[in-house]
Amino acid sequence: MALTGIEIFKLLPKTNCKKCGFPTCLAFAMKVAQGQVDIEQCPEISEEIKAKLKEASTPPIRGFFFGSSSTKIKIGEELVLFRHEKKFFNPTVLAFEIKDTDSNIDLLIDEVLNSSIERVGQTLKIDAIFLKNQSGKVDIFLQALDKILDKAPDLPLIFGTLKPDVAVAAVEKTKDIRPILSEANSENINEMAEIAKKYNIPLVVRDKGIEKVMALLETARSKGIQDLIIDTKPETAKEILINNTLIRRAALKKGMKVLGYPIITFANRDDDFYETIIASLAVLKYSSIVVLSSIPKWKNLVLFTLRQNIYSDPQVPMQVKQGIYKVGEPDGNSPLMITTNFALTYFLVKGEIENSKIPTWLAIMDCDGLSVLTAWAAGKFSASKIAEFIKESGIEERLNHRELIIPGYVAMLKAAIEDKLQGWKVIVGTKEASGIPAFLKNYMKSKALV
Amino acid sequence: MNFSIPKETYAGIIPEIVFGKGKKAYFGGQSALPFHFFEGHFPHKPLIAFEIQDQIPEDYPEELAKTYSSVWDDTLRWARFCESLGAQAIALRLTSTHPDSRDSKPEEAADKVKKLLSEIDLPLIILGSNHTEKDADVLPIVADASRGYNCIIGKAQEGNYKTVVASAMAGGHFLIAMSDLDVNLAKQLNILITQMGFPREKIIIDPMCSALGYGFEYTYSVMERIRIAGILQGDSMLCLPMVADVGFYVWKTKETQASESDIPEWGSLHERALMWEAVTACSFLLSGADLLIMRHPEAVKIVNRFMNDLFS
Ligand code: B12
Ligand code: SF4
Repeated sequence: MALTGIEIFKLLPKTNCKKCGFPTCLAFAMKVAQGQVDIEQCPEISEEIKAKLKEASTPPIRGFFFGSSSTKIKIGEELVLFRHEKKFFNPTVLAFEIKDTDSNIDLLIDEVLNSSIERVGQTLKIDAIFLKNQSGKVDIFLQALDKILDKAPDLPLIFGTLKPDVAVAAVEKTKDIRPILSEANSENINEMAEIAKKYNIPLVVRDKGIEKVMALLETARSKGIQDLIIDTKPETAKEILINNTLIRRAALKKGMKVLGYPIITFANRDDDFYETIIASLAVLKYSSIVVLSSIPKWKNLVLFTLRQNIYSDPQVPMQVKQGIYKVGEPDGNSPLMITTNFALTYFLVKGEIENSKIPTWLAIMDCDGLSVLTAWAAGKFSASKIAEFIKESGIEERLNHRELIIPGYVAMLKAAIEDKLQGWKVIVGTKEASGIPAFLKNYMKSKALV
Repeated sequence: MNFSIPKETYAGIIPEIVFGKGKKAYFGGQSALPFHFFEGHFPHKPLIAFEIQDQIPEDYPEELAKTYSSVWDDTLRWARFCESLGAQAIALRLTSTHPDSRDSKPEEAADKVKKLLSEIDLPLIILGSNHTEKDADVLPIVADASRGYNCIIGKAQEGNYKTVVASAMAGGHFLIAMSDLDVNLAKQLNILITQMGFPREKIIIDPMCSALGYGFEYTYSVMERIRIAGILQGDSMLCLPMVADVGFYVWKTKETQASESDIPEWGSLHERALMWEAVTACSFLLSGADLLIMRHPEAVKIVNRFMNDLFS
C-alpha cells in the first residue's frame, strides 16, 4: 500500500540538506508521495530504507502484460474488492482452449478471429488462445502452434503444458509475443521457473488450495520470477468464490505479497450453459483470465456484456458528445429524433435507426450521461432544455420541416415542448428502441401521403 | 505454507424470512457477505419464485411464449404448471390492473388471489403493476383477501408506501420496499416504513433490478453497498434481505428477442435469451439477492445448479 508523505518523511534523515533539490525533507517527502519525484533523488538514505519504500510503493497486486507489442493485454494491478470503492481496472481476459490434438484447429482459430462484437462503441472479442498440450508431444504441439502463428501471428497465447521440453520449443518460436506459460506444479516447478526466467514470460503456478499454491509461489519468487499467475484448482463454484475472494482480500487488506498476483480460472464444464455461469462467476469475482472450452456467439455476447458492465467506471457513465449526428446521409426532409448522451442509449438508438435504413438526424443532448428516464427524472431532459438545445443547435436551417421525434418514455413532454418551440410539432416515438425501424417506416409513409 | 484466513468481523445478521401457510418457503438468516461460508452461517439457500401474471402477458417474447402459452390464459393453471416444474414459490404480478393495460378492478385481482391461495399450496408473492397510484388502490384489497396466508406483498415505493405498508400490516404479510438504485433512498424508505410500526424483520429490500447490459452494473453495486452497510457496518435499516426482480427486466431486452437471422453476430436466440436471465440472476446472487423472481424454467434450473454448487 502506498505511503503518505508523513510516513515517508519519518524514514528520511530529516537534515534538510537540500541535496535532493528541495528545501526540506518534508517537501521532498510530499513530492515522493504524489509520485512526482523518485526516492533515489535523496542521496542520504540507506539502501535498506530505499528497499522498504520501494516495497511500499509497489501495487498490492502485480500487474503485467502479455502478447505482442501491438496486441498486448495488461492483467492484474487491481486495487479494490468491490467496484464501487473505485473501479475494476484491467478486464478479465477471455481465452479459448484449443487442444493440439484437435482435428479442426484452423476452424477453431477462425472462431476466435471472428469473435468480435460491437457493443456501446467498444469492440469486444475473445482475447487469447490457450493451447493445450493434450498429446504430450513436442512435434504435435508445434504443428498446432504453427497453424495459429500462421493465421494470427501476434494473437496473445497461453501454453498449457506440463513438459519443460514442450514449453521451451514453443516459447522459442514466440519470443515476440510474450506468451504465458501454464503451468508449474509441485513436480515441474524448478524446470518451468527456469524457462519463465530465461525467456522473461509470465508463469501460471498451480496446486490444490491456497496454502499449497503459496508454497509454489514462494519458490518461484525466490528464483526471481515476478510475473506469476495463481491457479488454486477450484472444482466447485464455492471454491472459486472463496479462494478468489481470500486471495484478493489477503493481497489488498493484509498486504500479503505472495498472493498479490492475478488469478486464472478454468471454466471448462460439461455443458455450455453451466460453463457460462462459472465464467461469469470468475469475471465478477476477481479472475484475470478465464479459459473457455467453447465460444459460441451467444455465450460470447453474454460474457462480453458482463465484463463490459462490471469493468465500467462507477463514477462516470459512458457518454457521447452533445450534437446533431447524421445517421446515414439525411437531407432537409429526413426525420429528426432526439435523445440523451448516455452512451448505451445513443448506441441503441443509432443502431436501430441504421436498421431502419432511413437516413435520420439524431440530436444528442448533454444530460451528464444519463438514460432518457433517469435524465428526465433528474430534470436534465426537460421541455425547456430540449427546446433551447434544438434552437441553438442550428438544425432548423438544415430542415425543410419542423417535426421532432421524442422517445416514447417521455411522451408527457410533448405539449410542453410544442409550447416552448414555436412552430414545431412534436411526434412521440416508440418506447423501446427496437420499435424504431417500424416506426420510422410508418412515419415516412405518412409524410409521403400528406 | 500456513495461510491464516483473513476474516471480517460482522455487525449484523440478515433476518430470516419464512412465508406461506401450508407449504413454507425460506430465505435470509445469514451472517456474512454472500456465500462467505468461511466466516458466517448460511441457514438457507436463496429462493427462486416463478413469476405468473393475472392475464395473458402483453409482452412475453417468443422464448417465453413457447413455454407458457398453453397455460397463461388461466392463472391457476399457470401456477400449477410452475408447481409441476418444481417451483418453491409463486410470484403473481397483477399486470391487468395497470391503467395502460385493462385497468381491472382491485376486487377482480382479489378474487384471483383468493382462488389461487385456496387451490395452490405454494407460498405466494403478490405484486402490483408497478403503477404507484393504482397499486395503492389494489394492494390493500388484495392484502386483505390474502389475510392469514402469510404472503409477501409489494411493492411499496416512496409515492405509495403509507397505504401499502398499512395494508401489509393489516394482512399480516411481509413487504417488498422498492427505491431507485440508491443506498440512501433505500434506507430512508425503510425508516419511514418502520416509523409506521411495521416490523423491520418483515421488510425485503428491492434496490431496483435491471438486466445485463441495461443498467446491470448499477444494481450490482447498489446491492453490494446495501449488504456491506447492513451486515458489515451494522446499519439495521439496510441489514435486510434483498429481492431481484430479474425476469421483468431481462425479458424486455432485445437480446432475449432478436432472432439469429436478424443479428447473426449474436448467435442462437434460445441459448442467448435464457442465459441472459440466468447470468443476470446468478450475478445478483453474488451481489446479495436472497430472493429471485424469474420467468424461464430452464434459466431457473441453471441458477439452481449454481446455488447447489455454491452450497456444496
Ligand atoms: C441505471 C439507472 C440509474 C443510474 C443512472 C444510469 C444512467 N447513466 O442513466 C442512476 C443510479 C445514477 C440512476 C439515478 C436516478 N434514477 Co434511475 N434508473 C436506472 C435504470 C435501472 C436503468 C436506466 C437505463 O440505463 N436504461 C437503459 C437506457 C438505454 O434506456 P433509455 O435511455 O430509456 O433508452 C431506451 C428507450 O428510451 C429508447 N429510446 C431512447 N432514446 C430514444 C429516442 C427516440 C426518438 C425513441 C423513439 C426511442 C428512444 O431506446 C432505448 C432502448 O430501448 C432505470 C430503471 C430501468 N430498469 O429501466 C431507472 C430509472 C430510469 N431511474 C429513475 C429515477 C427516478 C432515478 C432518480 C431520480 C432516483 C433518485 N430519486 O435519485 C435518479 C436521477 C439521477 C440523478 N439525480 O442524477 C426512474 C425514472 C422514473 C420515472 N418514470 O420518472 C427509473 C425508470 C426507475 C423507476 N422508478 O422505475 N438511475
Ligand atoms: S536530500 Fe534527503 S536528507 Fe537532504 S533534504 Fe533532501 S530528503 Fe532531506
